[in-house]
Amino acid sequence: MGAGRKALPGLVQELVYTVDHKKLGMMYLGSGLVFFMLAGIMAVAIRVQLAVPNNHFLNPSAFNQFFTMHGTTMVFLVGMPLILGLANYLVPIMIGTRDMAFPRLNAFGFWIFLFSGFLLYFSYLGGSGVYGIGSAPDVGWFAYSPLTAKAFSKGHSTDYWTLSLLAGGIGSIATAINLIATIFCLRCRGMTLNRMPLFVWLNAVVAFLIILAMPPLSACQIMLCLDRYLGAKFFDTQAGGSAILWQHFFWIFGHPEVYILILPAFAIISEVIPVFSRKPIFGYPIMVMASVMIAFISLGVWAHHMFTVGMSSVSNTFFSASTFVIAVPTGIKIFNWIGTMYGGKLRMELPLLFSIAFLFQFLIAGLTGVMLATTPFDWQLNDSYFVVAHFHYVLVGGLLFSIFAAFYYWYPKMIGRMLDGAMGRWHFWLFLVGFHLTFFPQHIMGILGMPRRIYSYPADRGWEIGNLLSSIGVIFQATGILIFLINLLYSYYRGRRAGDDPWDAWTLEWATTSPPAEYNFEKLPEVHSARPLWDLKHPDEPDWKHN
Amino acid sequence: MFCKCRVVLTALLLTWTLWIPRLAMSEVNTVPSSFHPCSVPARAIYELSVLVLAICSGIFVVVTAMLLFVVVRYRRRPTDSAQEPPQIYGSSQIELAWTVVPIIITLVLILVTARTIGEIQNKNLPEDALMVEVIGHQWWWEVGYPQYGVRTANEIHVPVSSSAHPAPTRIILKSADVLHSFWVPQLAGKMQLVPNKINMTWIEPLQTGVYLGSCAQYCGAQHAFMLLRVIVHTPEGFQRWVASQKGLFAGSLATAAATTSRRVSSKNSTDLAANGRKTFFSTACVSCHRIDGTTAQGTFGPDLTHLMSRHTIGAGVAKNTHQNLATWVRDPQLLKPGCFMPDMHLTPSQIHEVVTYLETLQ
Ligand code: HEM
Ligand SMILES: [Cu+2]
Repeated sequence: MGAGRKALPGLVQELVYTVDHKKLGMMYLGSGLVFFMLAGIMAVAIRVQLAVPNNHFLNPSAFNQFFTMHGTTMVFLVGMPLILGLANYLVPIMIGTRDMAFPRLNAFGFWIFLFSGFLLYFSYLGGSGVYGIGSAPDVGWFAYSPLTAKAFSKGHSTDYWTLSLLAGGIGSIATAINLIATIFCLRCRGMTLNRMPLFVWLNAVVAFLIILAMPPLSACQIMLCLDRYLGAKFFDTQAGGSAILWQHFFWIFGHPEVYILILPAFAIISEVIPVFSRKPIFGYPIMVMASVMIAFISLGVWAHHMFTVGMSSVSNTFFSASTFVIAVPTGIKIFNWIGTMYGGKLRMELPLLFSIAFLFQFLIAGLTGVMLATTPFDWQLNDSYFVVAHFHYVLVGGLLFSIFAAFYYWYPKMIGRMLDGAMGRWHFWLFLVGFHLTFFPQHIMGILGMPRRIYSYPADRGWEIGNLLSSIGVIFQATGILIFLINLLYSYYRGRRAGDDPWDAWTLEWATTSPPAEYNFEKLPEVHSARPLWDLKHPDEPDWKHN
Repeated sequence: MFCKCRVVLTALLLTWTLWIPRLAMSEVNTVPSSFHPCSVPARAIYELSVLVLAICSGIFVVVTAMLLFVVVRYRRRPTDSAQEPPQIYGSSQIELAWTVVPIIITLVLILVTARTIGEIQNKNLPEDALMVEVIGHQWWWEVGYPQYGVRTANEIHVPVSSSAHPAPTRIILKSADVLHSFWVPQLAGKMQLVPNKINMTWIEPLQTGVYLGSCAQYCGAQHAFMLLRVIVHTPEGFQRWVASQKGLFAGSLATAAATTSRRVSSKNSTDLAANGRKTFFSTACVSCHRIDGTTAQGTFGPDLTHLMSRHTIGAGVAKNTHQNLATWVRDPQLLKPGCFMPDMHLTPSQIHEVVTYLETLQ
């Protein structure tokens, strides 16, 4: 690299060598968006194939690769980098410090994430699955054994999947450790734990979850490698291995992973709702406690993904009950967000619009989650389109909507210009309508007996209308996303100048310039409450008088 | 109270599903809706589901109403003063209230769920209940009746149950390769077929008819077409079916030809069938398929002894017609790409003969 250093164009060189948490954060966000487009294109292809029965747009093998790559990409290469990117960018500024605790480790985390993405997509070139050269993994993002054993998954596509997730896991653990060190060691003067913004609290909780949940995934990836290359027999059922062992390992990771993705969404709207309601968050201590509870319980519910493997009635009841219990702290959070808006003066700007849609959609997702936690109901609807609907209400209706809220809220800080409001509203409404049109009918398709991960279906089962609606919805969603992407670019050059504090907000990131200077703050701030900027703006009625 | 909820909710769900004109109208319930249960365990699940749906819908309505109220009532109007609203930091009473109420609802949910789990999972079936062994293969179902020595594929025949003659069927689930999942929504919830593990489920159909199901666990290339039918007979009808499957005529070319003479009426067709039989037994067909009473004893593919008694071929990928059979034998990959039956490279006339032979397998 030494020689090439000077030859590289300035920007690329800057990005490659940077250890600045803000640049790394934006690189996470940028690459997350690129992978989002890739996975989105695959989603569109999947929906085109399923629009009508007995369709031949995709062959079965291509379809199976697409849904595997779509799921894997969305979870590991879209969800993770978008949330880690935001945390990277915002946490140090929000706690009033100059960088992450370990800036180089931070850069390492990003680059290994990008490497894991390339590794996954390289399978399209080097995969050589059952169908010859260039096949991506086709075993599903959950990769249940023994479909991944050598006997059933020939070639190397599964190996790319395994190695990619292994690499990605290392990166997320590194970043999580970094976040924890930063949050617990580098807070500015006066920022006690009970004055940290909820965004920071929730990202701390997420970091702990990553550290607890990722190792089981890495462990089972290594075991799978051993199976496939050294003849170990953990999961290879033909040699006496266990199919269910994989499911336990995978879901001990997989269930907390859902919370790793959704707690940052909570983090975002916990910042947006108060600012746009002009009120402090309702019940700050209980919000923190509820989040910790959610994370804690989420580690003990994994087998609710396994109600159909033939567990004892005692295990089934236990995992059902422990899952119901999560609904309590989650409910508390929803009520507290509504409580925050109650009595406020709601400014209907885009971040708040997306947050309100989040609340509504996450409510539906939560309630269908309760239904699925009811073991007998799950016996019917597990692995049906009802589940596809449920988790897209979580991941799109919840995570993605909150990420959009975050973009509209913090883009001015990161770029120094506002995102265009008119385009933003088009984006919001098209995406909202498209989202519900796509995923709501899928609840009913599941109840009507449509299994998931099928590349086609017979014409007489009453699934046609739902599928057609669902596919039409995707057109709306794609249009909305397109407008959003155009907006990102357009506003970069043409957007209205933002100023330091365009939303009249209260946390420390708004106390520095937009975009922030290299070192965030010329002089590190000192705070006396959870809303330092409120204290500045309202010296007569400062926050610290109340807590 | 609960009853009323149920009626309202069922009505609601039926309107949801009204786009399906065929629901519950013909002998074959072409829509395998889990909300249209026809068997004891499926009904127990349905009842619990409706209760849970009622509770969740109630919560949905209440919370959505709160949300809408807050959003509409407290949105800022242009006439509002620039002053900040009163700063409220929380209220321990209110927070306590919305902690306790969900806890109570949760406890109720846990209790009703535990009850239904027990009802289904801990049910003691009679010792002599009919037993059906279902083995999942990539991508078809092997079905055996150990009590009768009968074997078939992709279709399960069982007797109907009534209060006078309760007739639950025990279903033993095994897998020959990867994970699969047995799912006939109108008869029972799903259960995985796990390699090296024997799972059990049961059904007790309350209405004769044909019920559609499928594999619900992604199992590779043709997971989509691993479809399944359960045919529920009257008790007498079931006995007749067992008798017909017991190999009374199977495999014997003379009788087979006699039974087909109605359909294939000329002497010429008998010759065709004889030639087809010869082709069948001189190629690799026999190493994968079984025809009772002959040297074909393969177990890799579906048993063909009574092929013509089945409605579909390729686990539901196509109707069992002459044309489809011919296409299938010519090139199985055409109808079911990725499936494990190879192209046998037969000439068109050989294909015609083999299919004519297959059509004698009543
Ligand atoms: C933007 C619009 C999206 C559409 C139209 C869409 C559509 C789909 C469809 C049709 C499937 C296949 C369902 C099946 O047959 O099992 C699927 C699977 C999946 N999607 Fe999405 N999706 C979208 C966004 C997302 C997002 C944002 C995420 C996560 C962050 C996500 C995560 C997944 C996962 C994990 C799977 C399961 C893959 C598997 O079964 O292995 N999707 N999606
Ligand atoms: Cu299967």
